[in-house]
Amino acid sequence: MSASQTHGHAAAHDHHDEHGPAKGILRWLTTTNHKDIGTLYLVFSLIMFFVGGTMALVIRAELFMPGMQLVDPQFFNTMTTVHALIMVFGAVMPATVGLANWMIPLQIGAPDMALPRMNNFSFWLLVAAFSLLILSLFMPGGGPAAGWTLYPPLVLQTGDAFPLAIFAIHLAGASSIMGAINIIVTIMNLRAPGMTLLKMPMFTWTWLITAYLLIAVMPVFAGAVTMLLTDHFFHTTFFAAAGGGDPVLYQHIFWFFGHPEVYIMILPAFGIVSEIIPTFSRKKLFGYDAMVYATASIGFLSFIVWAHHMFTVGMPLAGQMFFMLSTMLIAVPTGVKVFNWTATMWKGSLTFEPPMLFALAFLFLFTIGGFSGLMMAIAPVDFQYHDTYFIVAHFHYVLVPGAVFAIMAAVYYWLPKWTGHLYDIKLANWHFWLSAIFVNLLFFPQHFLGLAGMPRRIPDYSTQFADWNMVSSIGAFGFGLSQLLFPYIVVKCVRGGARASDHVWEGAYNHGLEWTVPSPAPYHTFEVAPVVK
Amino acid sequence: MAHAQTAHDAGKYYIPHGSKWPIVGAVSLFVMMLGAAALLNGVNIAPFIFWAGFASVLFMFYGWFGTVIGESQAGMYNAGVDRSFRMGMMWFIFSEVMFFAAFFGALYYARNLSVPWLGGEGARYLSNLFLWQDFEPTWPTNGPAAVGGAFETIPAFGLPAVNTAILLTSGVTITIAHHALQAGNRGVLKIFLALTFLLGFFFVYLQATEYAHAYHELNLTLGSGIYGSTFFMLTGFHGLHVTLGAIMLVVVWLRVMKGHFTPKQHFAFEAVAWYWHFVDVVWLGLFIFVYWL
Repeated sequence: MSASQTHGHAAAHDHHDEHGPAKGILRWLTTTNHKDIGTLYLVFSLIMFFVGGTMALVIRAELFMPGMQLVDPQFFNTMTTVHALIMVFGAVMPATVGLANWMIPLQIGAPDMALPRMNNFSFWLLVAAFSLLILSLFMPGGGPAAGWTLYPPLVLQTGDAFPLAIFAIHLAGASSIMGAINIIVTIMNLRAPGMTLLKMPMFTWTWLITAYLLIAVMPVFAGAVTMLLTDHFFHTTFFAAAGGGDPVLYQHIFWFFGHPEVYIMILPAFGIVSEIIPTFSRKKLFGYDAMVYATASIGFLSFIVWAHHMFTVGMPLAGQMFFMLSTMLIAVPTGVKVFNWTATMWKGSLTFEPPMLFALAFLFLFTIGGFSGLMMAIAPVDFQYHDTYFIVAHFHYVLVPGAVFAIMAAVYYWLPKWTGHLYDIKLANWHFWLSAIFVNLLFFPQHFLGLAGMPRRIPDYSTQFADWNMVSSIGAFGFGLSQLLFPYIVVKCVRGGARASDHVWEGAYNHGLEWTVPSPAPYHTFEVAPVVK
Repeated sequence: MAHAQTAHDAGKYYIPHGSKWPIVGAVSLFVMMLGAAALLNGVNIAPFIFWAGFASVLFMFYGWFGTVIGESQAGMYNAGVDRSFRMGMMWFIFSEVMFFAAFFGALYYARNLSVPWLGGEGARYLSNLFLWQDFEPTWPTNGPAAVGGAFETIPAFGLPAVNTAILLTSGVTITIAHHALQAGNRGVLKIFLALTFLLGFFFVYLQATEYAHAYHELNLTLGSGIYGSTFFMLTGFHGLHVTLGAIMLVVVWLRVMKGHFTPKQHFAFEAVAWYWHFVDVVWLGLFIFVYWL
């Protein structure tokens, strides 16, 4: 895949100089530029990462020792709830959307996102949503504290925070849907001539499938929380057995959204890793077509596995069997991916720059999370694991050294393209090694805690769990503090550094259109579509 | 620059540069939802916050669509932009379908799974015995506790059947209007488009009558257990969508009166027509699964 640059960059500057960014704050409020909006998303998600991370540290500080130390149980529950909501909807999703905004137009040779005004709306609506959610923390009765899944009837006991949290979800959902529509339309309509679907870079491919998942499930979540709202305020009984409803109904609707949602967070990570491993192996991605089909299969399967989150609620046996088997089926396309990443490195000429380090950590640690997921897919075994720290360990393995590491890898991979500077590789290596060590110290002991029977979402625990909790908390603070390196490295890189070449990484040459534009990428790129051979 | 932005410049995709409407919209929606939450929490000044937000949202729509219409009339949009709009509208409608799917799913689950389980079906014999011993699972139901008291339902082949006829007819009239638009027959276009939204508003009026009847004479309310919940939430959200669709039709009709559309270029008309067919199809689902079966 390579682009002929006959029209080059000179044309890009001709009569569009007057379209440089507006000055000051207005640039960011009114921008329709995909690079600006990508930056906004990334900065927002980084802020949310630290806000949500601080909440995680409150949790781990309380759990450092048995007994009640720092916070009262209600506040502890608020922390687990809001930590999750912020990390899912405020940190991981916006980070991948930010990467999509920056990279998809560059990867497919588009002048911008297809619907640039709506793009801006998506971002600022997300800010509105999280303002509501943060505001809900200060309401009488405290913030939402029923867990991020918002199960009734517990969630219906929330105080004045309740409608704020629900409306926050509505707005965040609207933002996600508009963002997803924009991504689909951009990919389907604005690809450069010759950029056929099966030539698209993997990151673009995974985002295309992610966007379909988003449009299909965010409205379902909106419906579910709307039912919560009417059950709370308008006398409906969707989730009350006395009126003929069923609290389990909520769980079904929620997880019909929730399971695709977890793939919404991981598929773009798959795409990122599929970009980085070939670059630093100096080989083409092994089995590109298989990767595309595997991604699509995972996307499809995500719709028919939801009830594996609720094996213990008392489903009919046939239901348990179906959801157990369909869930285990996901291991097949996921296995294809892990195999292909490994095979890409086989006999490659490997180097270990920071993006590659993060991508490799992803490969190993995500696979651990994948395997523990496979364990829990087995219904009878899940009866033991359900709602213990084992599940906490599982989903943090796929989300932190999984999704978050991939996002870090992506930033370290493309940052020189965005800023035109190389960052401090030595510091980035420190960031990686500290993160990789502490993340395992943080989450691996939680497997043991869960298998020994420690339940999740409790502020106190019996003393036999004390040792591993202390280890886990030490890991948490180590991990949290080492993340402070990240904004430092990024800001330092934005402000200056050695000049990056156009293709930045030796192995990136020929790996996608983004490496054919100058570093830093000009404010407007591909105003004349490149032709892909 | 002006040259670079005309549709005639083949291959140029129009990228707007800076717009205040999105941020106006985000702030307005924030204020509106904040007001709505305060309203639900019984805060005194909440109505002012809510309505101020609501008015700003309307202002945003007016301004945003006004800008887009202006650009379209100025010929800034080429075939590529038109395609983007079409795809965008299509996927927006799909997201709406999925929103309704959540409520249809709830209806299916209650009727076929949870209500029979409450009656002791399958492995639930003991829970019925100990918890809801006298409960006979039937549909319609307001549950073992008879939440909201005894109620009657609205027979399918009364007003709902009339409403079905009305919406189906409106689907025909909008198609006639579309063909007239393509044939350049503006007289027919104006009449049949007007007919379409009049039928839409008439549908909403009949729904309102039906609701009043249900509340006052049948004791069927939003609080009538799972039947009332699913009935009013499904038909209510549908009614809201018909109202919105009818307002959109009025806007398109006003634009027709201004001479905005050509037989070749009339995306707004088509988008609204798709939306109208979508609410039509949802209604057929409602008529069959909520009223009839």
